[in-house]
Amino acid sequence: MNRLASRLPAMVEQYQQEILTEWVKLQLEAGTWRAGRLQESQLRDESQRFLTLLVNNIQKGVQFDTRSAQWADIRDFLAELSRSRATQGFSPSQVATFVFSLKQPIFARLRANLLDEPEVLADASWETTLLLDSMGLYTTEVYQQARESVIARQQEELIELSTPVVELWPGILALPLIGTLDSERTQVVMETLLERLVATGSSIAVIDITGVPTVDTLVAQHLLKTVSAAQLMGADCIISGIRPQIAQTIVHLGIDLSAVATKASLSDAFALALKRRGLSVISSSAARG
Amino acid sequence: MDRVPILRLGDCLLVTVQVDMHDELAMTLQDDLTNKIVATKARGVLIDISALEMVDSFIGRMLGNIAGMSRILDAQTVVVGMQPAVAITLVELGLSLPGIRTALNVDAGLALLRNVLDRSDESSHVD
Repeated sequence: MNRLASRLPAMVEQYQQEILTEWVKLQLEAGTWRAGRLQESQLRDESQRFLTLLVNNIQKGVQFDTRSAQWADIRDFLAELSRSRATQGFSPSQVATFVFSLKQPIFARLRANLLDEPEVLADASWETTLLLDSMGLYTTEVYQQARESVIARQQEELIELSTPVVELWPGILALPLIGTLDSERTQVVMETLLERLVATGSSIAVIDITGVPTVDTLVAQHLLKTVSAAQLMGADCIISGIRPQIAQTIVHLGIDLSAVATKASLSDAFALALKRRGLSVISSSAARG
Repeated sequence: MDRVPILRLGDCLLVTVQVDMHDELAMTLQDDLTNKIVATKARGVLIDISALEMVDSFIGRMLGNIAGMSRILDAQTVVVGMQPAVAITLVELGLSLPGIRTALNVDAGLALLRNVLDRSDESSHVD
């Protein structure tokens, strides 16, 4: 049924060494090989392995399908290659070029051998293109997934790292928030704060938003939710670290923060918290005099 | 039938809710509590819900009702010991229990009640 299936595999197998030499040369010229990140011998080795796999698999059909069992070993090879290049810092186009640059040597062989059969040549070129394109796209896809998993992991770490609850004084907790507050983070912040309230038996929590770059309606809503949850547990909240710019934004957006005590700086909030606990700070000389 | 125990603590009443509330139990509690407030001339009511793993809008409303009834009988209500997960759920449901005082534990609740009662005594003297 497929004319190519009978011509291309034999041709690739026959000219395997020539194709490989030319391919590696092309890759070196195209700059996918970068000194320090990848050894030339490793590139040669990978190219050799890919070509061998391709020769073995192409006997059974030329339609690359990521789901079919026929291409499982090529798929695994490409996925592993793509992932390792992603962590080595290669760009997606450099990774895809690994596959795409194979076109030129194969086309050259096809042209040299099928010159007198233009129709067969056109069909063969088209199917080679389809085959290598889908493989190239697959490497890009895997590359993307590898990058995304890295980002997701970093995001998780960031969430865990950035929600410390510190005790300023017995009964007074502080929650310095740094970075943007989204729903997921608010949930973590809320849980951490409430758990620490119970664990320390604190009645006042200072939420410091000096490190929150922007406050929009959503962030304000998240803040108010945290405050109401703390209030339900029987703890008062004070929001501190409101920068002038943010105060303006809050008023312009029409956000009502009147239910919460707000202070410009953490020290003001701490002073208010001490006052509410019936404590005061006096200088030691005044105490002696 | 289940009953929620109501303990007397000086001039305050301590209600410890330990089982899941349902309609009938809530009605019985309201009955018992109002009777007890009148009988003991209690000035404060502490409702300990630290054993409740789940609070829905029904219990939220019941707590509000009890606070309202007690206020009419001149007793202040403080809800104590809410679990963090319960607080988060209530906030997500949009219930912030307005008009109900809360405290972290029974100790803090008792201190808060004393504070409130002292203040209301003072203000009634001024009047």
